This record gives sequence, C-alpha cells and structure tokens, in this order.
Amino acid sequence: MPISENDVTRVARLARLRVTEAEIPQYQAGLDGILDLVAQLHESVTDDIEPMAHPQDISLRLREDQVTEDDERDLFQECAPAVENGLYLVPRVIE
Amino acid sequence: MEWECVIGLEVHVQLKTKSKIFSGASTAFGADANTQACGVDIGLPGVLPVMNREAVLMAARFGLAIDGAINELSVFARKNYFYPDLPKGYQISQFEIPVVEGGQLEIETPNGPRTIRITRAHLEEDAGKSLHEDFHGLTGIDLNRAGTPLLEVVSEPDLRSPEEAVAYLKKLHTLVRTLKICDGNMQEGSFRCDANVSVRPKGEAQLGTRAELKNINSFRFVERAIYFEIDRQIGVIEDGGSVVQETRLYDPDKDLTRSMRGKEEAHDYRYFPDPDLPPLVITKKELDAIRSEMPELPDAKLTRLASSYELSNDDATLLAADSDLADFFEAAVKAANGESRLIANWILGDLSSALNRESLSISESPVSPEMLGQLINRIKDNTISGKIAKQVFGDLWHGKGQVDDIIRDQGLTQITDTDAISKAVDDVITAFPSQVDQVRAGEEKVIGFLVGQVMKATSGKANPQAVNNLIKTKLSS
Repeated sequence: MPISENDVTRVARLARLRVTEAEIPQYQAGLDGILDLVAQLHESVTDDIEPMAHPQDISLRLREDQVTEDDERDLFQECAPAVENGLYLVPRVIE
Repeated sequence: MEWECVIGLEVHVQLKTKSKIFSGASTAFGADANTQACGVDIGLPGVLPVMNREAVLMAARFGLAIDGAINELSVFARKNYFYPDLPKGYQISQFEIPVVEGGQLEIETPNGPRTIRITRAHLEEDAGKSLHEDFHGLTGIDLNRAGTPLLEVVSEPDLRSPEEAVAYLKKLHTLVRTLKICDGNMQEGSFRCDANVSVRPKGEAQLGTRAELKNINSFRFVERAIYFEIDRQIGVIEDGGSVVQETRLYDPDKDLTRSMRGKEEAHDYRYFPDPDLPPLVITKKELDAIRSEMPELPDAKLTRLASSYELSNDDATLLAADSDLADFFEAAVKAANGESRLIANWILGDLSSALNRESLSISESPVSPEMLGQLINRIKDNTISGKIAKQVFGDLWHGKGQVDDIIRDQGLTQITDTDAISKAVDDVITAFPSQVDQVRAGEEKVIGFLVGQVMKATSGKANPQAVNNLIKTKLSS
C-alpha cells in the first residue's frame, strides 16, 4: 500500500519533525522505497527461523549495582536554555 | 439492569536498587533536583545504557514468587513519545518479550479465595518529574527519578470489585516487600497503580470499553477512584451514551476522575527493539541460584506463624504482612522463650504506635527484639508489673540502657514485701471509707478504684493482682 500524504504528516507529527507541504511528495517517495524493500524481505520463507532482537549473537552485559556517578549538574546545565533552582525549565506541558 | 465491573491493574513497582537501571547514578530519594541525573539519565548524545544486574535478579525473584515463567531471553524495546520528563524521546521498556510472563496471586474475598492471573511483568526505566507551579508559566523538570528501575506488573482483567482491586494490591504490596525488591513506600511513589476499569451488564461475556485511571497512589484512593468511575460509566450508558476509551486522572480532593485530554493523540508508541541493548539472558543455572535463595513467601509465612505460635488470626495476618515485623516477632519470642501472644500485643501495640509516631520502620526501631524479649521476661518473673513495663519500654525507646539496668537504676522492682503492700492497703481503706462501704455492699467494680489508689501510693510498684487479693481479703473479714 503506498504511503499517503496523511501518513507522512502523521509520522512527522509523531516524530516532532516540521515537514512543509512542498516536501511531502519527496518523503512519500522515500518511504515508499523503504517499504518496497521490506516487502521483498516478506517474500522470503521464515517459518522455521527464530526472530532475532539484535543483529549480533551477543547477550546483554550486566553491571554490579553500585553508585559510580558523581553529581555533574552544573556542567550539564551549562548548555540548558533555562534553569532555576537546579531544575531544567521547559515550555508548559499541561494546562 | 444489574451491572458488573471488570478491573485490571498495572502496578509500577520501583525496584530497591542502589543505582539506576542503566546508569551508575544514585536512586536515593529526596536529593536536590538533578544532582542524581547523569549523562545516561538525561539522554546526552553518545552515551550507552548498561543494565543493572540487581534489577534483573529482583525481576526474576518476583517471577518465581508468582509462579510465572521467567523468559530465558527477553528484549528491551524503545517506547517512543515526546515529553520533557523523558529527554531521550523514548522510554526503555520491554514489549514483545518481557522478563516474566504469566503467574498469579491468590486473594481473599468475602466469597472465599480467588486467583487473579498476572499477564506479565516487565523491566523499564522510570521518567523524571515535572513541576508545574511557580516557574513564571514554565514547567520545571527534575530528572533524578529518570532511569530508576521499575517492574511493571500487569494483571488480567480478573478483578470484579473495588474491594478485590484493593485486596490484590495489598497482596502484591506485601509480596514485593517480603521479596525485598521494593520498599513499598506509596507516598514516595515506590508503588504506583493505574487501573483499567470497564462495566458490562451482568452475564455479558464481552468486555465493555475501558478507561485507564491514573494517579491513584494509596489503597483508599484506588477504591474510591474505581467506585466513582464505575458509577460514571453506568451513568453514561444508562443515559444512552457510550464510554470513550481514554486516560482519566483521579482527583482525591474532589473525589472524581476527569479526562486527561491532550495526551491522547500521541498513543502511537512505535515500539522497536533497542539497538543499544542486546537481549537479556537469564540461564537456567542462574535461575536455580535465585530459586535457592528465595525468602519464605507471605502465604507460607502466615500458615507457619498461625500454626507455630499462639496467635489470633488478626495478629498472625498483621505479622505475616510485613516480613521485617515477623522476623522481629520471632526473634523476640526466642529471647523470651515463649509468650508469643504477649509479644505480639507489644509489637502491634506499644511498639507499632511508637514507630508510627516517629515515622520509623521496624528495622529502625531503637528497641531490639532481644530488649523486648527481656522486658517480657521481667514481667513473667514478676520483677515488674505490666504497667511499669510500659515505663521501662519508654526508657528503652529513648536509649537509656538495657532492661535490667533501667529497672535497677530507677528502683522499679515490684514490691514483694507483703508488709509494705499491706500497710499501703490499710492506708487506702482508711482514706476512702465511702468506696469501702460500696465494695462491702457488693459493688465489685469499686475495687478497681481502691487498687488504683494503692498502685498510686506505691508508684505502680506493687503487684496489682496481689493488691486486689489483699483488699478483698481485708474487706471480707
């Protein structure tokens, strides 16, 4: 099923990307191409193949439960647009 | 028409690790804003998450306790949404293959025990906190909580009343504390509950449209929020409308739920396996090791306490609900060589109220089980009366030494000298002639008053039973 203009607008909104009207056809074509590629994969027979969650055959490395991080708030907040009382300030999210 | 409600609960159990799930930042509660949020927690570019072993062990312990299946291989996924308390733009959670699948908890209901099925339990990271007040129209973000390990426990829609929902929650609360995987502190948000609630005509097999209730973080609020929501949904349907699937926020001040519009449209999380995290593997050997270290579970503990000690059903239930309290009880009984009922009374009475008064947990009690056992010993061997024991308990609480030192230093030993008691009784009989006449006239209750006067005269150090006997003897002659 080809990607519609609505699909592009919706995905862009979910990803918080600003896409102009003029750019929509370009994204439609690009996403269609990606889905065509995935459609080719669908043609392979995978009935007896276990799905994998990661391209490498490795398992998750675990670390011991120890506090190893120091407070670096001042350093991190140097690049924040607005801070107050140690809090990051952002535009109001709930009315 | 008769209605039936259907409830499923999602409980976020905050795991009691020292450090975060994917970083080495501290999880301690109450630190200054953002002082425990490291580069991983605030989502700086270029950082990588590294999984905390303890969180995995805790999840597995929970899975074994509910008789669920622990997946040998489980997968972390990104749950994508934009909200400033989650700066990465996604929450690391588990989606298709959680660490625990299936399991159950048994709850007590007025109609007997019921089994509530648990769908799954998965590991995920907590988000930060948004503070909406006093920032000149802006929102303040504290990311200390971001990355705190959570175990989300999802039940099947098996609960049929607000009371059952509370019974299930309490059971789960007791379990995670017994397993020592969560401190259970609801005020600090360590144990949080969302409820999926729907109604349907009784006898109907199909489920009604559900609403998800958020922000119900006490047992009482869970019950009230669900009651309100059931009434609201029945009202909507009986007025000819239909229930909308939505998230609703419980407002405890007004005791109602209200729609959380605005967060609705973005309910497309586009989960996918997190490329930063290969699958989590728990081998059979590791699982066997965890199984061998499982503590006694609450149901087994209740059965054992009730059968091994002389306890009322209520006392046994209260003790079994808190494994630390039960441990304290058993250690005190051992120190006193018995007297389980008396010790339970002290623990659930004087000790618990003292702990509540100072907001301490049993493990922080200044009075140790050995001290309490010794105190009971001194009541048993008639060194002190029960009344004086309360005074000694107060001194133990304030760290004034050991039981025998306190008794000796303050001269609290019960007066066993019969002559001294006899003299005190004679003095009281002389001082209260009208009460004495009442007793002689058969008003037995007034004896209590006279005993009280003797106890007062001897500063509580006479044995009340001996005094009682002596008064009776003297007045009947």
